[in-house]
Amino acid sequence: MKAWRIFFTGVGGQGTLLATRVLGEAALLMNIPVVVSEVHGMAQRGGVVESAVVMGAAQSPVISDGEADILMSFEPLETLRALRKCSSSSLVISNNSPISPFAVASGREQYPDVGEMMRTVSNNVNRLIALDARSLAREAGSELSVNMVMIGALMRHAEMPFGREVVETVLNTKTKKAFLKMNLKAFDLGFQAE
Amino acid sequence: MHELLTAQPGSRQLLLGNEAIVRGALEAGISFATTYPGTPSSEIGDNFYRISQETDLYFEYSVNEKVALETAAAAAISELRTMCSMKHVGLNVAADALMTLAYVGVKGGLVVVSADDPSMHSSQNEQDNRYYAQIAGLPMLEPANSQEALEMTRAAFELSEAYKIPVLLRTTTRINHSRTPVEVGLLQPPRRSGAFKKDPFNLVTVPMVGRRLRVELLEKINKLGSEASASPFNRVEGKGGWGVVTSGVSYNYVADAVRELDMTDRVRVLKMGMTYPFADEICLDFLKGVERVLVVEELEPFLEDKLKILAQENGLSLEIRGKGEELLPRYYEFDPVQVKSAMARFFQLKYQPGQVEMESALPQRPPNLCAGCPHRASYYAVNKALGDAAAIYPTDIGCYTLGILPPLEAADFLLCMGSSVSSAGGFAKAQEEPVVAFIGDSTFFHSGITGLINAVHNDHNFILVILDNGTTAMTGQQPHPGIELTPEGRQTPKVDIEAVVRGCGVDRVETVNPLQVDKTVAVLKEMLEDKQRSGVKVLISKSPCPLFERRVTGKKQKVVFRVTNECDMCRRCLDELGCPAFTYCEDEEECAFISIDEHLCSGCSVCKQICHAIKPKKKTA
Repeated sequence: MKAWRIFFTGVGGQGTLLATRVLGEAALLMNIPVVVSEVHGMAQRGGVVESAVVMGAAQSPVISDGEADILMSFEPLETLRALRKCSSSSLVISNNSPISPFAVASGREQYPDVGEMMRTVSNNVNRLIALDARSLAREAGSELSVNMVMIGALMRHAEMPFGREVVETVLNTKTKKAFLKMNLKAFDLGFQAE
Repeated sequence: MHELLTAQPGSRQLLLGNEAIVRGALEAGISFATTYPGTPSSEIGDNFYRISQETDLYFEYSVNEKVALETAAAAAISELRTMCSMKHVGLNVAADALMTLAYVGVKGGLVVVSADDPSMHSSQNEQDNRYYAQIAGLPMLEPANSQEALEMTRAAFELSEAYKIPVLLRTTTRINHSRTPVEVGLLQPPRRSGAFKKDPFNLVTVPMVGRRLRVELLEKINKLGSEASASPFNRVEGKGGWGVVTSGVSYNYVADAVRELDMTDRVRVLKMGMTYPFADEICLDFLKGVERVLVVEELEPFLEDKLKILAQENGLSLEIRGKGEELLPRYYEFDPVQVKSAMARFFQLKYQPGQVEMESALPQRPPNLCAGCPHRASYYAVNKALGDAAAIYPTDIGCYTLGILPPLEAADFLLCMGSSVSSAGGFAKAQEEPVVAFIGDSTFFHSGITGLINAVHNDHNFILVILDNGTTAMTGQQPHPGIELTPEGRQTPKVDIEAVVRGCGVDRVETVNPLQVDKTVAVLKEMLEDKQRSGVKVLISKSPCPLFERRVTGKKQKVVFRVTNECDMCRRCLDELGCPAFTYCEDEEECAFISIDEHLCSGCSVCKQICHAIKPKKKTA
């Protein structure tokens, strides 16, 4: 069995932790060795939140620079910041809808051009899938489902050791019933997105 | 029911290390648990709290780690199986109790969890608490994943009870906060009620008792050394002439490196799980069977030094290395490539890490106080009240430490929990500038009160601002003695902060709501200008954490604020308040304007009070 090292990055409040948890539960269900590492505490106050899912023939809870097979980024500026985790063989799935850091929101710094950032990413990795996950999440019912859109895109574009139905089973059994319909719709929109 | 209670024996669950520790304790029949919350240990207490609502388990959030350990010690000496969990620096607070508790011992198993934080993800330092096992004389276990966290917790209770000694379970952030599959076992019912047998000549540590117990402790440690060598947690994997010794999370990096560097037939790995007392026998056997040894452990050379002593005592001359410039550092947590590179270098294998693309300078995204956070309003008021006057701001540990960042910049000195109050007194005596210190409500109860009494006693002249947001916000909204908001409704606090402050002998005390800006500034100015009265003055700045209030009361927000076209772009909102709901934008004609994100705005109204151009509007759903 090969190793899957999936690095997640986003901004506090975007629900990256639930996304990594869902993938971890899917791996568990399929009896695939898995480590999910999370970040708690101070970093969650609007800062960058990084986490990781490592599956198959690897057991380190941390992904080194240059070693991510897949980068899942919930925010375009954070995609570029996390590019150090990638190599020329990485797949990058990035939300291209920005969230301004405070230095930008207060007018002291400029948010880099999203198209240019995506080009830099694309030039350095094997494949980039950029999608407007925020709009798709809104279409599903709420911006809070960006994480489900992103997992949908992952299941479509990455060669994973399990299929989308396994993820849907996990969503059915492990996520809050009140959001299930929205989560499944967001997952599907992410899966269908071109 | 709580998931850790319903998980079927034999089933596999994806558990955080912290959850696995709790399940392990339940499988050991735990009756009593105490903690003071602190990242990365907090989820241990939070899960015990929820479980205690549904079972006979007694659980408490104690006011600090020393109190937590002393409370736990009484339960354990009364024959109850007990756990006391904390972050690494918490064990410094509890160290006084720990050192002598090792002498006195326990009757019911007592497991003390120390959650270390290499790389300081959420801490002020990264001390290696394995030395506490050595200095106190306590057996120690170090899990490498959640399965081991569960098994070692269970084993720690057995060991503790067999040798009548507390056991240290030492974890690091990547163990506490990683989820790995765990096969859970059978739950054991707890003992309902403990029993204490008087035995003062073993339990009251006057010098003549202490002298005897000290010797007995050393004998216990001696016996535990053989236990460590026989422990299934210390095991050798692989074959070959090269050796690697490792423990804790580093074991995973070593295992990945062995696989990826294709060393399986050339290297033997001694994976240590029981790391104190040192397992001399198994380690000596290991050293005799290899040509050279690399020790892979985060932070200090704890195992490395012991292996070197062992080799010297036994006349072995093989090379034993670990820490050093070209191998592994003494600072920060490891990562897989770092360990792979060190192993490749030490064993002279070819390895080239993947090419890394460096990003150019990107706008940083540091954590920030939330929109509507009352701490922002408190800091704003202090900055306003002082105007251009210089002042020193000792601060403390909590969300409010983020006041260090611009534009608030209200933090000048910080050591540890409670240091704001005591250091403020020192600054006030040592130099001339006025001193305004900040401490949170939970931190005040934890270790601010002693410093305040000291300030009164020694006439220290400063202002203490107690930032009372009604919860222990940073670590996940745990309760403390002064809470008013609870899921059951508003209650009279069991311990009233203002009454405590007055009881400490402070006569100038005032409580304000920092969301009332002018009033807060006026009270602060009055305190600063009051030269008549020397000594410490206390301002209790009281307003609930909005995240906590929303969660507990379910209160719906009715109002948000907006910037009207009366805005003259003076930028004071951005430059003095720094609320994350504000955005500086430019329209298509590159004309600048400021707007408030109504999804982020919490409706606190502080901005409206400092600017006439900001007006309320009804929040749309």
